[in-house]
Amino acid sequence: MPYFGSEETVKELKRALSNPNVQADRLRYKNYITKVIRYMTQGLDVSALFMDMVKASAKVDIVQKKLVYLYMCTYASDKPDLALLAINTFRKDCADPNPMVRGLALRNMCNFRMPGMTEYIEQPIVAGLRDKASYVRRVAVLGCAKMHSLQPNTEIDGIIVNELYALLRDPDPVVVVNCLRALEEILKDEGGVVINKPIAHHLLNRMKDLDSWAQSEVLTFLLRYHPRSDDELFDVLSLLHAFLQSAHAHVAVATLRLFLHLASAHPAVQADALLCTSAPLLATCGAASRELRFTGLCHVQQVMRSQPGLFGTHYKCFFCGYSEPTYIKFRKMEILVELVNDENVALVLEELRSYCTDVSPELAQAAIAAIGRIARTYSEKCLDILTGLLALKQDHITSAVIQTFRDLVWFCPQSTAAVCQTVEACVDSPQDSEGKQTLLWLLGEHGEQISSAPYVMEGYIDGLKTELSSAVKMELLTTAVKTFLCRPAETQDMLGRLLHYCIEEESDVCVRDRALLYYRLLQRGVEETRKVVTGPKSDPSMSVLTGRQEEPISQWASTFNTLGLLSGRDLCLQTAVISAADQPSNSTGKELLPDVTLSSPNDTEEEISLSLGPPLSHETFEKMWLDLEILHRQTLGSPRPRTAPDTLQAALQLVKIQTLAFTPGDTVLWKAYIYTRSTGTLILAELLQGDPQAPGSDESLVVSVKQQPVNQHAIRGFASILKSVLQTLNVDSS
Amino acid sequence: MISQIFILSSKGDHLIYKDFRGEASKDSINVFYEMVTALSGDQTPVVMSHKDLHFIHVRQGGLYWVASTKTNPSPFTIIEFLNRLAALTKDYCGSLSEKSVRMNFALIYELLDEMVDFGYIQTTSTDILKNFIQTEAVSSKPFSLFDLSNVGLFGAETQQSKVAPSVAASRPIMSSRGEQSGKNEIFVDVIERLSVVIGSKGVLMKSDIQGEIRIKCFLPTSSEMRIGLNEELSIGKSQQKGYSSAVRVDECRFHQAVKLDEFDTFRILKVCPSQGEQTVMQYQLCDELPCAPPFQLFPSVQKDYVNRVLIFLKLRCDLPPKSTALNVSITVPVPKGSVSMSQELSSPDQTAELQPKNKALLWEIPRFPGGAQLSALFKVDVPGLSSASLLEVGPVSMSFELAKQTCSGLQIRFLRLAPTQTGLSQRWVRYVTHSDSYTIRI
Repeated sequence: MPYFGSEETVKELKRALSNPNVQADRLRYKNYITKVIRYMTQGLDVSALFMDMVKASAKVDIVQKKLVYLYMCTYASDKPDLALLAINTFRKDCADPNPMVRGLALRNMCNFRMPGMTEYIEQPIVAGLRDKASYVRRVAVLGCAKMHSLQPNTEIDGIIVNELYALLRDPDPVVVVNCLRALEEILKDEGGVVINKPIAHHLLNRMKDLDSWAQSEVLTFLLRYHPRSDDELFDVLSLLHAFLQSAHAHVAVATLRLFLHLASAHPAVQADALLCTSAPLLATCGAASRELRFTGLCHVQQVMRSQPGLFGTHYKCFFCGYSEPTYIKFRKMEILVELVNDENVALVLEELRSYCTDVSPELAQAAIAAIGRIARTYSEKCLDILTGLLALKQDHITSAVIQTFRDLVWFCPQSTAAVCQTVEACVDSPQDSEGKQTLLWLLGEHGEQISSAPYVMEGYIDGLKTELSSAVKMELLTTAVKTFLCRPAETQDMLGRLLHYCIEEESDVCVRDRALLYYRLLQRGVEETRKVVTGPKSDPSMSVLTGRQEEPISQWASTFNTLGLLSGRDLCLQTAVISAADQPSNSTGKELLPDVTLSSPNDTEEEISLSLGPPLSHETFEKMWLDLEILHRQTLGSPRPRTAPDTLQAALQLVKIQTLAFTPGDTVLWKAYIYTRSTGTLILAELLQGDPQAPGSDESLVVSVKQQPVNQHAIRGFASILKSVLQTLNVDSS
Repeated sequence: MISQIFILSSKGDHLIYKDFRGEASKDSINVFYEMVTALSGDQTPVVMSHKDLHFIHVRQGGLYWVASTKTNPSPFTIIEFLNRLAALTKDYCGSLSEKSVRMNFALIYELLDEMVDFGYIQTTSTDILKNFIQTEAVSSKPFSLFDLSNVGLFGAETQQSKVAPSVAASRPIMSSRGEQSGKNEIFVDVIERLSVVIGSKGVLMKSDIQGEIRIKCFLPTSSEMRIGLNEELSIGKSQQKGYSSAVRVDECRFHQAVKLDEFDTFRILKVCPSQGEQTVMQYQLCDELPCAPPFQLFPSVQKDYVNRVLIFLKLRCDLPPKSTALNVSITVPVPKGSVSMSQELSSPDQTAELQPKNKALLWEIPRFPGGAQLSALFKVDVPGLSSASLLEVGPVSMSFELAKQTCSGLQIRFLRLAPTQTGLSQRWVRYVTHSDSYTIRI
């Protein structure tokens, strides 16, 4: 931040600091130093004072020392040559009889981020590791990590690593945890600190002495340890069981994560652990700190993906408090929708109903959408509420209700009749373009059941000149054509007027083109038009009938208690990219070639499971496709099935592979883009037929797979599933 | 691991900035502030990302407490750490505000230096920290009039005896070396947050208590303290409910330093409090309140003339006659497009105003004695009123504070310090219930 007259200020400070009178008066001197730090925090560049501050560091006053050290650490990288002048003071302090002074000096000296620092700090660090004061040892251990980060590409110093491993047995708990942290950083290229059996059991036994921060960190390190036998596993788990109900939410959750990870082969143990942690998790959902509350809610939501019933009896905890911020209310509503059952549906609906009139239109709309989701199971009760809301005659509510109706009709065809009746009775129409489009879609799709459909439509056609949104106009065109198909007598005239207006007077090219398209289509005959215009009236995937499946815990355990969970899936992908880039151990050369020897016998025994997960937008897919490398390319050995595209899509969906896009059937270079998820990774793939680069495979399909993060086992599983699906389809079609 | 920690005022001023790992640029503060102020209502602010840097922040005392990181750590850890940092700042500086952070920035830097090294949390315990913290806190000495007017917060009537003023506990813990050294005080607070939903016919639909016992200790040396809770306290749902006198909580959790060997038989907690504030016990109670909810509302909403709604509210306080609810405020949503309002209130200290922006009317009652009943009549003018608009009135939400009162009935029987404690020490026990969310449907 640029400050007015900053140069003046710095000059003045410099004058004051070098004034011998000021230097003699301790209080005044300290006051000036405080001032310097204050300006530094505000963003003023006070690096010009470095020399004066170095002098100040030689004083005995420890508070002043701390302030000056803070200053020097901030500016050391800008003034490396001047910083070297301070080193002597530091080295002298490192030999001070007071352990606090020793620790302070060592810590700050290691914080100098400038090249060439290593030679000065190495000796004090090594001495610090053997210091008799635990405070100095803590600092020295992390100093090793700092030293390594100064020269990341140098060879690892084996002596220091051994010393750090030895210090894992230190009596001071913080030293132990710091050793783990330092080793993790130093050995990052080799896969981090090794947790073998003696270390793991040593850590487990020390758990009680650690403070809560260290506990949760050790629990995270223990994720790496795989007990050899079931007996050992249960020993470990029983040692940790008490921590599942720790008063500190972060310890309880970290323990749960470890339980889910270690007991992945014992679903009963996992379920028990989830049950034990449900109380602390619920408590965080009611915590005084909003941020903690939100974090708790996100985790509850994740647990519910596998154990929907776990929080069923506590549904009242997820009623929104009126003073809560909107983002918490949104989460709570999402959870409430999942928790609905026969017993609580009435109460939950009544609660949701009261949010529908909230001041915030977003919240009101979300509440209405939530009722709509519940309506897929309890349609009658919900439709009553939704119809009641229409009586409020508030634009945003009406619009949201109509949109909810659309979704309901799409996912739950049995409610069509009731919805049509309500739409019929609804006198005032939505004002926003989204709502208008929705209403028009409903009229077009179910025009035969809504007797007033042509008249409502006529209103829109008459007001066409004042309509601004081209999307609404296009929807109107489609609706008019669809209604014409089922009720020609009433609509012929207005359709003619509409087409005439759109073709002759409309300035928007898209609308005009759409109108021309329909016009020409109608010229070809009504039956032709019907074939083109009418589509399925409800969701063909029938996801409602099968209901929401309980996902296996392994699906989400890897993201449990990480940041990704809180900020939605975008971050999740991003972090995956970063962590993949951060770990050069995943050497890309190795991964590029599908190497069979890489897989341990464990991997092949495991059944690969794919899942759909949240849908991916075209943009995200495209971006990721361009960003990622092809990890695997394989000829599938069977040609493209000569079935309708719908069949192919449906078949792939059956095995949880989502189709994003494909080229029309008769192109020479046929392509399709598909994606799926499997145990924490996202698999993107391209199917290609007639690739000129791959001669001899004119007939056969070639699949190219990209994945994030890399998991060879999942790719192989994916390829074999894909292969079998295509073969089956080919058999069927021939 | 944490990359940077910074504290910003609500206006975006940099109050504290410490870079632990030097992997992110200093500019990230401004990036963060731009992001957090550009958020719309439904976006989640807790975790935000800019390129590969993630910001996690909490809001306390009107300030942003932010940690940035390049790794993917446990959100619980970071958020609880930031909350702990804010709590420690409050302990050391006396209160939590932009002013106190500005005045004590050297102290906070010192704290941060000991708490976090190279992005790793080292310790947050006051017992350890107090050996290292050398800076004396600067507290804003002259208490403002606003502070003094709050004196009655924890007990309005008896100001002279027995009751500690609410500001007594908001002073820096370290100043005991200074002029206030005579005050060896310890405060034990039982704080409950109440959330209640009452259905349209006065049926209690949800009632929920989140409670905690919090100790604020100003004793220079720690010694064991025994806190006796109600002997008849029962824990868990399964136990017999035949005796109505029993005080019950569903679930409780204790600070790890609490010794529970006498808890099962005598309901005694043994703890060595360290300086500063700490929560020794947290408990919850769902759905079964031992007493009636503190407020009952009898509303009636009518259409009066063409464009006028009559809202008549009768509010009864069901507390025992001796206790009082303070700072009661009632928010009633009104139909969209309400322009003006006239009101008839029963006493001059009450106020009511229409907030067209929030589509609500706000009725405030500074003191509401137990057993009393107050009523108010509001006439709201709504141009273009339809009968459907009446459906927009409700649900009513209330906020209040109940002094000297716990809804669960949890009491502290006694508070004993070990006899080794030298010097006179004062012990205070305070009870307070806050409304977390109190909603009454019409």
